[in-house]
Amino acid sequence: MIHDVSLYEILTVTSILFFIGIYGFITRKNLISILISIELLLNASVVNFVVINKYLYPDVLQGVVFSIFIIAVAAAETALAVGIIINLYRQISSVEVKDVETMKY
Amino acid sequence: MNYTEILIIPLIPLAVFLVLGIFYSRIKPAVSGIIGALGLLISTLLSIKVAYQYFFVFSNDGVAYQTLVHKTVWMNFTETLRIDMGVLLDPISIMMLLVVSIVSLMVHLYSRGYMKGDPGYTKFFAFLSLFTFSMYGLVLATNLFQIYIFWELVGVSSYLLIGFYYTKPTAVAAAKKAFVVTRFADLGFLIGILIVGFYTGTYDFELLNNPEGSPILSWAASSFFGMSVLSWGLLLIFIGGAGKSAMFPLHIWLPDAMEGPTPVSALIHAATMVVAGVYLVARLFPMYYFVEEGIILQVVAFVGAFSALFAAIIAITQNDIKRVLAYSTMSQLAYMMLALGVSGYEGEAGLGYMASMFHLFTHAMFKALLFLCAGSVIHAVHSNYLKDMGGLRKYMPITHITFLIAALAIAGIPPLAGFWSKDEILVAVYEKNTLLYIVALLVAGLTAFYMFRIYFGIFWKRDPEYASTPHESPATMTIPLIILAAFSTLAGFVPFGEFISADRMVLEAHINLPLALAAVATGMAGIGLAWLFYRKETGLPEKMVDALGKLYTWTYHKFYIDEVYLFVTKKILFKRVAEPAAKFDRQVVDGTMVGIGNSTVRTSEKIKGMQSGKVQDYAMAFVAGILVIVIFFVYYLTE
Repeated sequence: MIHDVSLYEILTVTSILFFIGIYGFITRKNLISILISIELLLNASVVNFVVINKYLYPDVLQGVVFSIFIIAVAAAETALAVGIIINLYRQISSVEVKDVETMKY
Repeated sequence: MNYTEILIIPLIPLAVFLVLGIFYSRIKPAVSGIIGALGLLISTLLSIKVAYQYFFVFSNDGVAYQTLVHKTVWMNFTETLRIDMGVLLDPISIMMLLVVSIVSLMVHLYSRGYMKGDPGYTKFFAFLSLFTFSMYGLVLATNLFQIYIFWELVGVSSYLLIGFYYTKPTAVAAAKKAFVVTRFADLGFLIGILIVGFYTGTYDFELLNNPEGSPILSWAASSFFGMSVLSWGLLLIFIGGAGKSAMFPLHIWLPDAMEGPTPVSALIHAATMVVAGVYLVARLFPMYYFVEEGIILQVVAFVGAFSALFAAIIAITQNDIKRVLAYSTMSQLAYMMLALGVSGYEGEAGLGYMASMFHLFTHAMFKALLFLCAGSVIHAVHSNYLKDMGGLRKYMPITHITFLIAALAIAGIPPLAGFWSKDEILVAVYEKNTLLYIVALLVAGLTAFYMFRIYFGIFWKRDPEYASTPHESPATMTIPLIILAAFSTLAGFVPFGEFISADRMVLEAHINLPLALAAVATGMAGIGLAWLFYRKETGLPEKMVDALGKLYTWTYHKFYIDEVYLFVTKKILFKRVAEPAAKFDRQVVDGTMVGIGNSTVRTSEKIKGMQSGKVQDYAMAFVAGILVIVIFFVYYLTE
């Protein structure tokens, strides 16, 4: 519980963080930037988990434990995504989204 | 009774069929012939043992013969309506068991010589065993459905064996014709079975045939077009039987079936399968007799009388000896039907039934013998036609004597088998209807005439120019001929009435002297006429042909029945019904389905651009979707 800071203020911040992530995911042209945007999305939700746990159910730790799970999964996922991007770069010498649109009908 | 033994009788041919069929290419022809004949020998011995036990050990004097049934439930529909599988023993099924066994055994033995060197030798024996198995199943059936199953199985084996020389187009066409025509008749049979099953609630022969049972007593409960529904069912069942037994107008397949190997004609198309129709009517005889005072039996009698005369007339003009025999078979089968049709049920009145079964028994012997002799002749001269034969008595003495015995037997000359059974039939018919008696007597004369026409044509006359001197067939073929000739001579002395009668009681048959004399005189007249016409080349037959003119042409072309069938099927059914139906199917039914498929393809072609391959487009759509759902929840669900 942070002194003089209410739950709503923190939730507002995380919401802003979340929508910044979405905006970045949709508008960035670089695959690495998109990856970073995804990190923003994940972190926004992690903060939500922790804060809601802390403010609403202070005597349990489930939200905190879950956030650690999310961090671990996010790390694995990022490693996978970076691996794909590096392989892609070796193939077409580019990490631009517009160059990766052959997977359609 | 030991039911295991009885079950083994049909199972041996089935096992032989499976063994020969599975190890087809690995078995030497000589071995497969021995396996087939040996298996059947065991079945025959068992059949004789069963017959002995049933008639002599098990029987109790002065009481009607029992029906022994051993069965298991196969399919259960309702409390009473169910289909069983099992064996049923009564006098006629045991008599058929003996006929099938003996003739089939003789044909197996004979085929070892006749089919020698044929590339399909093993296949032939496999099919013969399949047929024998099916025929055993048919005669031992306990209910209508079981008989129907085996009925179709004999139809299939008949199809396979007629089309045995499958490289010959005529054989293939004949096989197809036999199958389609009998199948058409079997449709009637099936509908009949369903009607009888629906109105009586049972398929079981024992329940159906009980004269005091509810199926027979309740025939008047329902009617349809002026006749009891049960009568309609029995009429339809008779149509099935008429198809198998080649009654007019469903006879057209039998002459063509002669395309098959001759032993097959002897076994299937003379002695066993074709009598299945007669057997079916005899099996359901109490029903036929009691339901609506035997109205359907009259139909049976008249169809039989007409077919007998019709076939006998055609037989006179045919030049292919196997076809003459085929028409003769049809005529004799019709004789049996006629006898059944005029028969009563109790005591002396049941003479027709007994006579019919008696004739079935003796006919199986001498007609199988006639066919096997014809096979022996064809084997020697390599032709089916009378013009290629003549004077063979010098070259083939055994075939000549056995053929003569069989011909005398079928002509009804005492003391050979045919005389006794034919005499009983004539007595039974005489007591019922004078018109039918005259027809039957005429047929007896015609039978003697056409039989001795081919006898003189084959064995007397002048020699044609033989390419190589014909010689007697090997012992494998002549021994069955001699055995069957012995049966044809002696079968008439069996006191048949003691074993088989409509009400299962002992029936004393007496020779009615005036009628017997009339029958013999007619037979002798037929033979005498044939002697006059065909003993030497007199030119008399040609004069007769000229004198008869149109009538001869009509008869020679079998009264154009085949052409009528072709006209009805090709010109009317195919053109007026089948073709419009095919058109409707192609254009409307297929068109709808293809149209649906095509429009799906066109739509997807139009909208496939939405799948751009850009990740961010998909993300946009995803977010937009979430927004829509959120708006929906906020504005509509939180009123």
